[in-house]
Amino acid sequence: MPKLTVDGIEVEVEAGATVLQACEEAGKEIPRFCYHERLSIAGNCRMCLVEMERAPKPVASCAMPAADGMVIKTDSDLVKKARNGVMEFLLINHPLDCPICDQGGECDLQDQAMAYGFDASRYAEKKRAVKDKELGPIVKTIMTRCIHCTRCVRFSEEVAGVGTMGAVYRGEDTEVGPYIEASINSEMSGNLVDLCPVGALTSKPYAFTARPWELKKTDSVDVMDAVGSNIRVDARGSEVLRVLPRLNEDINEEWISDKTRYAIDGLKRQRLDRPYVRVNGKLAPASWDEAFAAIKEKVSGLDGKKIAAIAGDTVDCESMTALKDLMGKLGSANIDCRQDGAKIGGPRSSYIFNTTIAGIEEADACLVVGANVRAEAPIINSRLRKRWRMTAGDFRLGVIGENWDPTFKHDYLGAGPETLSDILEGKNDFAKVLESAAKPMIIVGMGALNREDGEAVLATAREIADKYGLVSGEWNGFNVLHTAAARVGGLDLGFVPGEGGLATNDILDGAAKGDVEVVYLLGADELDMAKLKNAFVIYQGCLGDAGAQVADVILPGAAYTEKNGTYVNTEGRVQYGWRAVFPVGDAREDWKIIRALSAGLGLTLPYDNIDSVRARMVEINDVFGSINVTRKAAWAEFGKAGVMKSEGFASPVRNFYMTDPISRASVTMAKCTEAFVKDAAAGKVA
Amino acid sequence: MSHLRRPAPRELQPTSFAFTPENLEKAKKIIAKYPEGRQQSATMPLLDLAQRQTEGNWVPTVAMDYIADMLEMPAIRVYEVATFYTMYNLAPVGQNFIQVCTTTPCWLRGSSDIVKTCKEELGIGIGETTEDGKFTLIEVECLGACVNAPMMQINDDYYEDLTSDSTKNIIDMLKRGETPKAGPQSGRRGCEPIDGPKVLKAFCGCAAADQPAEPKDGEA
Repeated sequence: MPKLTVDGIEVEVEAGATVLQACEEAGKEIPRFCYHERLSIAGNCRMCLVEMERAPKPVASCAMPAADGMVIKTDSDLVKKARNGVMEFLLINHPLDCPICDQGGECDLQDQAMAYGFDASRYAEKKRAVKDKELGPIVKTIMTRCIHCTRCVRFSEEVAGVGTMGAVYRGEDTEVGPYIEASINSEMSGNLVDLCPVGALTSKPYAFTARPWELKKTDSVDVMDAVGSNIRVDARGSEVLRVLPRLNEDINEEWISDKTRYAIDGLKRQRLDRPYVRVNGKLAPASWDEAFAAIKEKVSGLDGKKIAAIAGDTVDCESMTALKDLMGKLGSANIDCRQDGAKIGGPRSSYIFNTTIAGIEEADACLVVGANVRAEAPIINSRLRKRWRMTAGDFRLGVIGENWDPTFKHDYLGAGPETLSDILEGKNDFAKVLESAAKPMIIVGMGALNREDGEAVLATAREIADKYGLVSGEWNGFNVLHTAAARVGGLDLGFVPGEGGLATNDILDGAAKGDVEVVYLLGADELDMAKLKNAFVIYQGCLGDAGAQVADVILPGAAYTEKNGTYVNTEGRVQYGWRAVFPVGDAREDWKIIRALSAGLGLTLPYDNIDSVRARMVEINDVFGSINVTRKAAWAEFGKAGVMKSEGFASPVRNFYMTDPISRASVTMAKCTEAFVKDAAAGKVA
Repeated sequence: MSHLRRPAPRELQPTSFAFTPENLEKAKKIIAKYPEGRQQSATMPLLDLAQRQTEGNWVPTVAMDYIADMLEMPAIRVYEVATFYTMYNLAPVGQNFIQVCTTTPCWLRGSSDIVKTCKEELGIGIGETTEDGKFTLIEVECLGACVNAPMMQINDDYYEDLTSDSTKNIIDMLKRGETPKAGPQSGRRGCEPIDGPKVLKAFCGCAAADQPAEPKDGEA
């Protein structure tokens, strides 16, 4: 633990820390462009120069390891002069186009030029100009602004795992880009925009839209996948303009996937902004009262067994709670939050990501069963990649199911349950890897559990976990990877068929046969809607997708950016999202709609504000009482041994860019699909 | 910036590349020189091998991809190397690739004349290739032979102590398909002083009398 003095303040830092980190420890701000905590050290921008006693020249603090007894000065005249010089050189070839630059207002170069720049340029020669690169539908380039910090190069190599960006040519002619024209084929490419300290890489969909100081910033949680990435929603007036990552070391660090970042433009299209009631086969605009009356007319006196409710993938826990209680009052046990019919819902440890996302960094082997992690949860894939890099390639990843590309070396073991059984029986070489690993883990995806034999697969996975010591002491290496943001919350709330109740597929079949007459779809769009033709369908959601097409009554709900809501991510972490803008038109927050409907039906639910709904959630399951943390779930019996079918596991995500109504309505996601998903039917991300 | 430092247009780029069996053997030997896990160090010699193999003395993009595959590294890392070092040509050049040094020592010794002579003799400008594809002329920075300035490099050989006449002579010979003698064109050997050796004359067979007496043992 080296001890050093920074501007007279003595600090002690961890061994291996840099002088820059030591300065930060001492509360000194060091300007930097190339240095980034999560990337390797490049040391090429020279902005972080500090004075070190007994060193002949200023040193680049980002690349200098902190050592015992160092005496560092960060605010001496020498330092100031050195940084002024660096800044002058950086600005030589930087265009003075801040007024038309999208980075303006949040530009590191702009900010630091305020502190270290001269008021006028001494440079009278010609500035260089660099041809812009075409990097695809997400990243816009104005390469003349590039200061060659190489953050993007290091990010794409280290985190995204796609070797697209490089620094080609040399000296004055250096250009950052792909050499031959190539889009950045990564689901993490939007992070390049955040990383770029200048306006060289900016967001294409957001180009020339707003200035940062015009935006209202709201902390929230993403619902595009089950990771629960922490996001900041930037809005101006009633419009959500962009989504940025929010630091959370336990979940997304400071990255988010492109879908999380860019699917929000789907919220501007096909919105349900007022209630509709189907009259003579056509949906007609109606008032809330008319909509409720139409529902009341249908359900009053109807046997509860003939009523069913299915919750979708992006709904919040509050509305599921309200709907569950309402269905209870209607005497129906036919509720399900598993649109895909996944065979999950036993003890909590059987359906959450027990290892936790940060826990991946301790694992030394991982078996993935029926999940395309890169498409289903890019953030988790980048954690796996991070672990692989941390161990210099010793981390072994075995894949059963589709042979997807995790962006690093992996072992493809086989397509289906047969390989899984082989591993259990020790016939596959990967069994030895699991056996010898100190902290092995398994990730079971929805592709393995949404099949008829899902319970048998789950049971086999559990046996593997028991046999190879995946669960021992503090370590729990058994993980289920969800694709739906609402799924774990739904299961925690018990939004599953009650005594004698019907599950999703039975509800659909029942509706087709006429046994189920009323189906309440709470944001559920991924169903075989043809089966609901004969039923009276109530659709509550924010977008006119598949569910709204077959609906008899449409109740316009709020999108995730428009309501306060609770979401439980795949780790079982309960998180709150906050409202950034108000719902469009007559739309309302979802739990309030259900609460109002319950009053309309004469079955008033006992809560009038969100706090009392949340109190009810805690009453149902006390995990909702602990926010932002994961709770260890007790290892219990689950799964049902049985015969597994031979067909291979198929990931439910066929196209990463379009998985829910919002991303399907998004123009940017459509462009990405066109650019990157060459074969959407084959479900390839790359 | 010369067009040789930008990738050749798509129509010139071949669609495939593979080392010939002999070169593949060489490549394997080169790769084996580096320790396990450090095979990427072989990038530069392999690029050179590829350039020598390719007609037109250049490295097509497919060759870089091929090397990247061979060394199990992202193609962009090979592109970075190939575009950084100016001795890798990114577009085809003539059979005789003439690089005239025009850095200060050569310039002081008259490299401008050499460039002028080359231009006149070949009828092309800097960075251009003759129509018959025999010559490409470029200016380069110091090639490290200042003592024999002015000089030029043609393919792998240095031609030093140039004058307009000797330059013309070299180009004429090359035009006729002959191979001019590499090295100083002034008649001196290597980089000895222009008016003959000053020291160690005994070793080179020069007059022993001119040589200072050998220092005795113990003398510094």
